[in-house]
Amino acid sequence: MLHKLGMTETTMESLSKRAKVLEKKPMTLAERAYLPAIFQGLSITMQHFFRAATKKQVTIRYPEETRPFSPVFRGLHVLKRDEKGRERCTACGLCAVACPAEAITMVAGERKKGEENLYREEKYAVSYEINMLRCIFCGLCEEACPKAAVYLQADKMAPPRFERDEFIYGKDRLVEPVTPDNRSKRGIQLTPEQADKLRTQLV
Amino acid sequence: MDFPPLAWQGVVVLVVFGVSLLIATYSTYAERVIAAFLQDRVGPDRAGPFGLLQPLADAVKLFTKEEFFPAGANRALFVFGPCLAMITALMSSAVIPFGNVLQFGDTAIHLQGIEINVGMLYVFGMVSLGVYGIMIGGWASNNKFSLLGAIRAASQNISYEIAMGLALIAVLMMSGSLSLREITFQQASDAPFVWQDIFNWNVMKQPLGFIIFIVCAFAETNRTPFDLPECETELIGGYHTEYSSMKMGLYLFAEYINVFVASAVMSVLYFGGFNFPFQSELRDWLVSSQSLELVTASNIITIVGLLGLFAKIFSFIFFFMWVRWTLPRFRYDQLMRLGWTILIPLAIFNILLTGGLITFGIIK
Repeated sequence: MLHKLGMTETTMESLSKRAKVLEKKPMTLAERAYLPAIFQGLSITMQHFFRAATKKQVTIRYPEETRPFSPVFRGLHVLKRDEKGRERCTACGLCAVACPAEAITMVAGERKKGEENLYREEKYAVSYEINMLRCIFCGLCEEACPKAAVYLQADKMAPPRFERDEFIYGKDRLVEPVTPDNRSKRGIQLTPEQADKLRTQLV
Repeated sequence: MDFPPLAWQGVVVLVVFGVSLLIATYSTYAERVIAAFLQDRVGPDRAGPFGLLQPLADAVKLFTKEEFFPAGANRALFVFGPCLAMITALMSSAVIPFGNVLQFGDTAIHLQGIEINVGMLYVFGMVSLGVYGIMIGGWASNNKFSLLGAIRAASQNISYEIAMGLALIAVLMMSGSLSLREITFQQASDAPFVWQDIFNWNVMKQPLGFIIFIVCAFAETNRTPFDLPECETELIGGYHTEYSSMKMGLYLFAEYINVFVASAVMSVLYFGGFNFPFQSELRDWLVSSQSLELVTASNIITIVGLLGLFAKIFSFIFFFMWVRWTLPRFRYDQLMRLGWTILIPLAIFNILLTGGLITFGIIK
């Protein structure tokens, strides 16, 4: 190949056949007059105008439309309940240790008698806080959790807020809510006092 | 109530004033939508239906922004600059004949601010004065970029006014009058065919003159491809670099009013003004078949002509914006070369050509 190139006087052969040979010729009168080129340009932009006016634009009008999330997207955290509606978290602290951004804190407490339908094991998290401004949404807490309690949802993000302290999410915003229908489905039975306690937690 | 004719004329002037402002306001909206569409985008669609309240939102924003005076600026001239730009822009629309006469009993309302027999000269005078607004503002800012923009504006406008005036002379040679109303009437035709109606428009007799005129109009209104006075890439914002809040708004507004006036002048000079094809046939038909009075029929023709003129004006405004989002900016030496070595000789050639054609009776 190389000796071939040396022998022939042609330049390197184009494999894609897309290369255009440019010739530097003096401009023709039409080119120098500039007006034909202007009208050519105008017609191109006009095609875009009608395309934008008639077809659907690629723009996504954000608050009304949203781009679909990836199924492996790591968004806002949730503290799951088990099939009976009890909190799975046992406040072991492995998520807090795993967290590279030091975004998770918690206070452990002992389950009292009569709260078996609220917490799955004898130990539970009295408070559990994630600072969403520190969190880097790496998902290591999810991997570290032995009780399958903390998950990063694939369809939710921490919304913007005006105050910094509003980004510290407590149990009120992290624990999966107990709605009337999933309560009956999952067989959770709350005493009136427990219901009050839960309500104060949620508010 | 007895309403003297002068008072009617005052009302017309106020309406023209209001319409100029309204069109300038919505030009800002149109510019954004057109720019967006030409670039496959959506444009403003948040404020009101289709974003139609966007100009109001802009006005609120501009009025409530901080009013900033640069250190070392000449405060009086700094304020006077945008005012002058705005005043001259608004004054130039006064002589444009937007329509023929509306007749109500004894009162005849001319749909024109002021009828003066040197109308075209008046428009030219106002446009020339508009440069002072830019120059004073640029000079008073005490900023080298503003000053450069102002100098560019001045030299550009002076250069292109010559070619513009020469292109206009060819039209005046045919019309024999500087009155815009008179020029409009001369473009009317009683010929029975539509092509003759349109053929009577000056653009058919002066195609070269029209091209020169429209190129110069782009330069006079400081629109792309000749927007070197504000040239963001080189001069930050050119003459309005130091301006903020509504003083900035006045400059931008004056530009859009200038675009409106330039479009109106081109429609009147070259595209028949308020004349439209079949106007005399339509009037005859209204009188004979619909048995309307001649006065009523004429009024209908006047209103249709008014709408026709505005359709022409809006087409030109659209063209201004279309070109802006198509062509890149000229280099300064290219701008000067185009003005002095191409447009001015062409305009002189056009005058000679027109003179020859008139002498041999080919056009009148």
